[in-house]
Amino acid sequence: MNDLIQLALDSADHLGARYADIRVVERRNEGLTVKNGALEAATSNVSAGFGIRVLVDGAWGFSSSAVLNPQEADRIAAEAVEIARASAAAQKAPIELDDTPPVTASYRTPYAEDPFAVSLDDKLRILMEADAAMARVPGVAIREGNVMAGRETKTFASSTGARIEQEIVEAGGGIEATAVNESEMQQRSYPNSFGGQSVTGGFEAVRALDLAEHAQETAELAVALLDAPQCPSGEMDLVLDSTQVALQIHESCGHPTELDRVFGTEASFAGTSFLTTDKLGTLRYGSDLVSIDADATAPGGLGTFGFDDEGVPAQNVPLIENGLLVGYLTSRETAPVLGRQSMGSARAWSWSHIPLIRMTNINLRPGNAGSLEDLIADTREGIFMSINKSWSIDDRRLNFQFGDQAGWLIRNGKRTQLVKNPTYTGITPRFWGSCDAICSASEWTLWGLPNCGKGEPMQVGHVGHGAAPARFRGVKVGVGRW
Amino acid sequence: MVASEREITELLDRALGLSTAPQTEALYLGQDAALTRFANNRIHQNVREHDATLQVRIIDADRIGVASTNRLDEDGIRSVVERALAIAERSAPNPPAAILPEPDGREHDPQLGHVAATADAGADRRAEGARAVIAAGEKAKLQTAGSFATSVMTTAVANSLGIRTQHRATKAALLTVMMDGFASGAASGYAHAGSTDVGEIDAEAVGAEAARKGDEMRGAGELEAGEYEVILEEYAVAGLLEYLSYIGFSGLAHEEGRSFMELGKRVMGENVSIWDDGADPSGLPATIDFEGVVKKRVDLVTDGTASAVVHDAATGARAGSGSTGHGLPAPNLVGPMALNVFMAPGSTPREELITGVKRGVWVTRFHYINPVHPKKAILTGMTKDGTFLIEDGKLSRPLLNFRFTQSIPEAFSDVRAVSSSTRLLPGEFFGGYRVPALHLGSFNFTGVTAAEGGE
Repeated sequence: MNDLIQLALDSADHLGARYADIRVVERRNEGLTVKNGALEAATSNVSAGFGIRVLVDGAWGFSSSAVLNPQEADRIAAEAVEIARASAAAQKAPIELDDTPPVTASYRTPYAEDPFAVSLDDKLRILMEADAAMARVPGVAIREGNVMAGRETKTFASSTGARIEQEIVEAGGGIEATAVNESEMQQRSYPNSFGGQSVTGGFEAVRALDLAEHAQETAELAVALLDAPQCPSGEMDLVLDSTQVALQIHESCGHPTELDRVFGTEASFAGTSFLTTDKLGTLRYGSDLVSIDADATAPGGLGTFGFDDEGVPAQNVPLIENGLLVGYLTSRETAPVLGRQSMGSARAWSWSHIPLIRMTNINLRPGNAGSLEDLIADTREGIFMSINKSWSIDDRRLNFQFGDQAGWLIRNGKRTQLVKNPTYTGITPRFWGSCDAICSASEWTLWGLPNCGKGEPMQVGHVGHGAAPARFRGVKVGVGRW
Repeated sequence: MVASEREITELLDRALGLSTAPQTEALYLGQDAALTRFANNRIHQNVREHDATLQVRIIDADRIGVASTNRLDEDGIRSVVERALAIAERSAPNPPAAILPEPDGREHDPQLGHVAATADAGADRRAEGARAVIAAGEKAKLQTAGSFATSVMTTAVANSLGIRTQHRATKAALLTVMMDGFASGAASGYAHAGSTDVGEIDAEAVGAEAARKGDEMRGAGELEAGEYEVILEEYAVAGLLEYLSYIGFSGLAHEEGRSFMELGKRVMGENVSIWDDGADPSGLPATIDFEGVVKKRVDLVTDGTASAVVHDAATGARAGSGSTGHGLPAPNLVGPMALNVFMAPGSTPREELITGVKRGVWVTRFHYINPVHPKKAILTGMTKDGTFLIEDGKLSRPLLNFRFTQSIPEAFSDVRAVSSSTRLLPGEFFGGYRVPALHLGSFNFTGVTAAEGGE
């Protein structure tokens, strides 16, 4: 591999690249899905290859290949240079990178139990026990459970001398029950939708979920939702569980603080951002309680790593400080425009994709409102919503609408009537400005989100969001005609 | 570099030959894809990918194992077969899913939709298209973003029951968003063109369409949310159909009671017919599915009545109808999917659609559509890049963007007029859609984003 890397960088240099970097990546994934008592899917996937990124005449070019030999490295480097020259034909100003020093380093995800070493029988037993518990609940139409494991080994090298080896290990799992009648379909997931919970770490995280223990209540709620009344419409105080707060952070803080979006370079697909740079340090994004960090160093986070895919060390930086916009997610290309150094958010989905600014772990700091039950007890009238099932937000990340799997009306500080199809909608700074309580650190969970889409060609991102349940005053709920 | 038909056949045969299981399927997915992306009137990303994956599905005594690799030398092939065998050996039986399709004798065109000019298009060709679009934006004093993609996709399947099929097609797609700055409420326009033939992509026309729309959107004002008659341009119609396909046209969703498609029942207006046809050259053809089954035309909604859903081998066997050729790569948890969707044109010239609207809203496209309630096919999303008030049959003024929350079968039950022309559009995430523009009697806008971001 050393030959391949050196040859690629030498070729790029010889052909006129002012800067070049190469990533050689192998990703392994294993997954098991049990559905209605049968093993629906058992997979083992391997993808390996390399991608070369070059700056020629101030413009980017990138090419990639799955054929790992020096001759192919030479060919792909030349192709990347050729592509960069085509880019330069429609270039306004040369691209400049920050002066992040090149390092030689390595990083490995810490874990206790290698998820690839756990036998298929063991994983299957965990899922079958959960399935059997869900099957005991009458009225459940579809029972599903999954566990997954991922291992990515990658080498990053640059023409400026960086050489970084990383091994990122992931594990996750969850269950979901679906109940159906003539007019309704209702689902309940544990511990979250989007496949459950996923982390960087070992299989100990999956065992800690104790899927079987939570299976019956999960199934019972799915069935109960079928006959629950429809969520009422109107403005009311809204309490969200930590999973929904996590997705709210993702869509309305994580994405709009991506500096490439702010600069318009994602406009053709995902959109731009209302958090333009003239608002840095001045925009009141939320209430004083709202402080949000981008922390790529958080233990176990799905967005945790040692170095990003430009060789920048993982960092923890504030984005929102006591309600004020103070930072962005940046890359080596975008940070200098603000006179800053990259904070290390450039990540690529695979060897065949370029690094884009992606979320790391975007975490809402916990508050002091105690437990979820304390927060509900402190709420006179309102609604509590739990676990996302629908999400949408406009291209500037202002106008959002979310739907959750279950809602409960709150009356006189008590969780009362279960309601189905709960939805809420709002405008980002007004919504976060209405946040008047966040539960304490004991309620804070770092959720993994494995399905963040961005870029063309589309890249999937694995990111994390730390959150505790929170309350928002005067929110529009129960959207649409039902 | 794209592998030849013979090289792929040898690869698949080698995989089948290494398997010791009673039933084996080998799937080859090759892609040679390039994309030139531009924003702020310059090319800022320019990428190319060469990749091919071999996926092996083993079925042994109703036990299934699936493994994949993109290492296609002898060691890689041997390893992926061994991993699939090992998984199957340790798996629990799953008879309803343990079904490989058999050859049915139907023929198909293995190169339908393959155009050499697209396969050969280089970075210069894409940059030329990008420059033409950017020039149109600059002329209109708009900031231009977009992408120009060309690709060759190869699907090949061999299984131990005798299936041996391959299909190779190309795709070219050019899209642009032109904006008058990034502030909320700023004007923006959009255009998108797709074809198997890069030669049919008229970059100047794409640029001109988006620039005109962006220019017309300057000075957008608010209109109260509520129910309005709408004209949906083809972009908006295609976006909705992409999600109906995802949540409703699947045999698995229907089997599990998750779909709005109640077969034999009226689900939309009688002037609505929707079908899937992977062999229609006016779409983005794919003549086989990922199980090697030759695709059948499936009439999904006929004169407003739900008439059929699409199937893969497993759902087709359980439904008793057999596969319609809409299987995705195993193991397929999503179910079969309609990826070559057509909606029947009507008789109204496109430019006359608006004349029948006394007061309504013109929608160019939707952004970030997502299901709110799949069984009722209630979707939400935002309007984007060209929303106008219609008064007395004419566009009267540009509008700030709305959020909609609407059952689509309900909206499609009151189709006042259908354009006589259709447009081919690549899906945002998957598939190709040839659709008309529509005049609907009612569409529920549930929110609006004001220019300063308030409600």
